[in-house]
Amino acid sequence: MLKLDKISKNFPGFSLNAVSFNVEKGDYFMLLGESGAGKSMLLEVIAGLVQPDKGSVFLEGRDITHEKIQQRRIGLVFQDHAIFPHLSVMENIGYSLHGDKLNHKQKQEKVLSTAALLGIAELLHRRPSTLSGGELQRVALARTLIQQPLVLLLDEPLASLDTLLKADLRSMLRKIHRQGQTILHVTHDYEEALSLGNKIAVIDKGKIIQEGTPEEVFRFPKFEFVAHFVGVKNFFKVRLIKENEASYGLVEDKIRIRIETDEPAGKGCLILRGEDIFLSKEMMQSSALNNFSGRVTEIIPASNGVEVILDIGIRIHALITRESINTLDITEGSVLWIHFKATAVRFIKD
Amino acid sequence: MKKVLSLHHIFIFLGALVLLFILAPLLGIFLKTSPVSLFETAKETEVRDSIWLTIWTSMTGTLIFAIAAIPLSYLLVRKKFPLKKLITGIIDLPVVIPHSAAGIAILGFVSRDSLMGKIGSSVGLNFVGNPAGITIAMAFVSIPYLINAARDGFAGVPERLEKAALTLGASPTRVFFTISLPLAWRNIVSGLILMFARGMSEFGAVIMVAYHPMITPILIFERFGSFGLKYARPVSVLFILISLSVFILLRSLAKEKNVE
Repeated sequence: MLKLDKISKNFPGFSLNAVSFNVEKGDYFMLLGESGAGKSMLLEVIAGLVQPDKGSVFLEGRDITHEKIQQRRIGLVFQDHAIFPHLSVMENIGYSLHGDKLNHKQKQEKVLSTAALLGIAELLHRRPSTLSGGELQRVALARTLIQQPLVLLLDEPLASLDTLLKADLRSMLRKIHRQGQTILHVTHDYEEALSLGNKIAVIDKGKIIQEGTPEEVFRFPKFEFVAHFVGVKNFFKVRLIKENEASYGLVEDKIRIRIETDEPAGKGCLILRGEDIFLSKEMMQSSALNNFSGRVTEIIPASNGVEVILDIGIRIHALITRESINTLDITEGSVLWIHFKATAVRFIKD
Repeated sequence: MKKVLSLHHIFIFLGALVLLFILAPLLGIFLKTSPVSLFETAKETEVRDSIWLTIWTSMTGTLIFAIAAIPLSYLLVRKKFPLKKLITGIIDLPVVIPHSAAGIAILGFVSRDSLMGKIGSSVGLNFVGNPAGITIAMAFVSIPYLINAARDGFAGVPERLEKAALTLGASPTRVFFTISLPLAWRNIVSGLILMFARGMSEFGAVIMVAYHPMITPILIFERFGSFGLKYARPVSVLFILISLSVFILLRSLAKEKNVE
């Protein structure tokens, strides 16, 4: 439905580099990347506010790269809402109905029904300056949705809202999506991407570096950047070697990690989740094939336990409970054993 | 222990001096003019005609040139183009050049043997010694005030609002009239009032182009030259009073529009 073909755009100190992806009809497509990765710029290119240096944008098979903004049928909701301050909420929402062949009453009904969908019917006669951030966000959504865009572009719609409003707006966005609206949503928040998107593309330094379903992207992050971004801390470039039919990942040519994989020898990367690691005072016999000794360098409280960082020649992040910290009496400088199963290690071939 | 004068006090003292400097001459002229002489002067046709001429020529110049000056201000804010700095400089030229010299330049531009003059003559319009010439001279010296104020106004309109309007299906023309212009309106009105006021008070440029029909600043000069200070004073006071009331009226009208 919406197809980007090798979009490039150079700006001083910033660029989009041959960005391609494809949003299908009915998708909730998440574009995930850090601030300054070029996400907003990409939306402006799709909407036609910025012309790309190279590449094309297709909408329903039609090349719209050089089409006039007002004829594209693409709705864009800006991060800061961009509500017209001199117009009432009603005038804001009805702004795009100007050219429609509707009489005054039909227009008013359309504004009312859109406002009702977004739960802002009682705000119609208010001035934008009297609205809260969450209300402005809904007005911006209503104003864009009323023109029934083929694709709805959302620029960090949840970024400026507090937790409660976020949950509210998320369910609102799900509702809009369920009604068949194709959505392209950019965000820097992977939880947001996971909870809303049915497809995710990760953008870094103006380039799409991974694309897939949320499961694919979060289970098998292909790049260190993606891994860090999605919260996987133990991510290492390795060389896979085979010895006596067993596989080992060699990290920095010094640490050998036993891996269970059918992949042939070669280069790749290795992912180990912090919660799959357990710690002990003494070396212990268990089914775990990977056992290393190391010194604790940092202890960081996290929302779901405590992150213990150990130096075993490489930095390993282990996630354990507060209780374990106390029973094992772990402090910075403690020397501990770490254990993890070969089956807990995921190897992804380059 | 008492502090010697603080910086704050010194500033207040200096500020008061400036205020006095502005108010004292005005107060003086008002106190020295008797209500009777003011009344008598107001009855003179020559005076009334000249005040009316001054108001309408300046008003006409402001409105006609605004049609081109406001779009120019918008371009200067929104578009990047070569020689933009130079153009900005050109716009400020009328403020910095001596106005009598500007008057000579305008005279050369509109006199009967110039291109403009010839075009005017062909439709029976002679700029020299004519309200049309006065309007041009007034507009020439006062247009920078409008352009600069409108430019500030457009610069204060977030570009994102215009972009949002475009994505909502509005044409660039509709965006200009429904978003940019209303949001910059306050500054534009200030600019219009400033340009109008500056045009009304112009003397140097106008006298070169048209001594007659006589605008009030020239009438004041003529009465002073022919009859002395005493005769020039009532016209001056009357002109000051009328200018002030016109500006107060315009300002309050503009305010009402903004509140609505």
